[in-house]
Amino acid sequence: MLTKRIIPCLDVKNGKVVKGIHFENLKDAGDPVIQAKYYSDEGADELVFLDISATIEKRKTIKNLVRDVASNISIPFTVGGGIGSIKDILILLENGADKVSINTCAIKNPDIIYNGAKMFGSQCIVIAIDAKRIAKKTWQVYIESGKIPTGIDVKNWAKKVEELGAGEILLTSIDADGTMNGYDIELMRCITKIVKIPVIASGGAGKLQHLYDVLTLGNASAVLLASLLHYRMLTIKDIKNFLFRKKIPVRLEKNENTCS
Amino acid sequence: MTGIIHYGAGNIFSIINCLDRCGERVLMISHPDRLKKVERIVLPGVGAFDRGIEYLKKTCLYQALKDESEKGKPILGICLGLQMFFEESEEGKQNGLGLLPGFVRKFPKEIKFPVPHMGWNTVRFYRNSRISNKIPAKSSFYFAHSFYAIPQDKKIISGTTTYGIKFASVVEKNNIIGVQFHPEKSAKNGFILIQNFLKI
Repeated sequence: MLTKRIIPCLDVKNGKVVKGIHFENLKDAGDPVIQAKYYSDEGADELVFLDISATIEKRKTIKNLVRDVASNISIPFTVGGGIGSIKDILILLENGADKVSINTCAIKNPDIIYNGAKMFGSQCIVIAIDAKRIAKKTWQVYIESGKIPTGIDVKNWAKKVEELGAGEILLTSIDADGTMNGYDIELMRCITKIVKIPVIASGGAGKLQHLYDVLTLGNASAVLLASLLHYRMLTIKDIKNFLFRKKIPVRLEKNENTCS
Repeated sequence: MTGIIHYGAGNIFSIINCLDRCGERVLMISHPDRLKKVERIVLPGVGAFDRGIEYLKKTCLYQALKDESEKGKPILGICLGLQMFFEESEEGKQNGLGLLPGFVRKFPKEIKFPVPHMGWNTVRFYRNSRISNKIPAKSSFYFAHSFYAIPQDKKIISGTTTYGIKFASVVEKNNIIGVQFHPEKSAKNGFILIQNFLKI
């Protein structure tokens, strides 16, 4: 049975993790490999690195980071943040990223979805959508880290990216993000109903029940988590054990051994 | 030494890395001459069926791969690599390598799950499987695909996975081995599987 995925998201800047696990030994805290290995060993199903640096050297530093991470972990990982061309995608994939997550550029130039999917396969094109509620059951797409409204309806955009060849949607509710009051379940339900591709839920998780709700009621294929994990409010093991007890399929290495 | 067919697009870094960790020497292959130098071949799969086959034809690797496999050289197809072993695919117009009889089909629209089939799913290995040595008979592996192979000869199926329908996720016929999932992305189980391939 396909398991629901738990995906930690790490923010990186100039090749260092700036929003990640709060290690006591601060010397290691910025090392992307140590952070990636930690979550990978804890049972993360995938990882996402979000590059928030804005320097000219960006391409080079992220390339090195991707190489380092890919050489040290053997679970899939996605890189997002500032991807603007097919060349950007190629560099990341060639250096070991499995998928790229595209947000603003996809709105400005939707061809990147079609061309990226055709060239590298749909499975590596993740489209990140930041959604803000504007009316009942209506959400608008925001870009530039959720700062600029586009006037585009989230439902229409989700359908469009699927048609263009996106392999997954990473759906963030701007309203719920950072509140820890739970996901915008209605948004998730609405989008998972109209697209066939997997949708990853992001924004609003504050407790275990929220995760259960978005994976069941919201029909999400995966959850993306940041602060909740980084600040150790929950561990991946806590989450998986909880979901397992609630009969949600999750990947537990321990389980597998008993099946042999 | 193991040769990896190099497409110039997509992530083959992980498979190189995985072989490296097994202590195996790796040769990148984009020309038939190099194919003769290696003891084993990995055919990774990135992108679409036609693009993959067109690449193999353009580089003359299409025929060379068939020749080498006939000579009995172990060859591991991963994801699209497995699909290209078969005769044809619903995804494209090009003929596959035809090393294994059968065809490749898209997950039917009727299944109520998202497509692509993306994430960790269970592989049930059959007893006849050599590639799954020391791996629990029911294990999780990472998948990312929308198409799956239907082998004509059911005897070559050595592992299955269920996603709306039950499909062949592992095929083994003598020196030809195909896996629909990504062992290079499947943590410890994937690592063991690659080690097993290196012993064949």
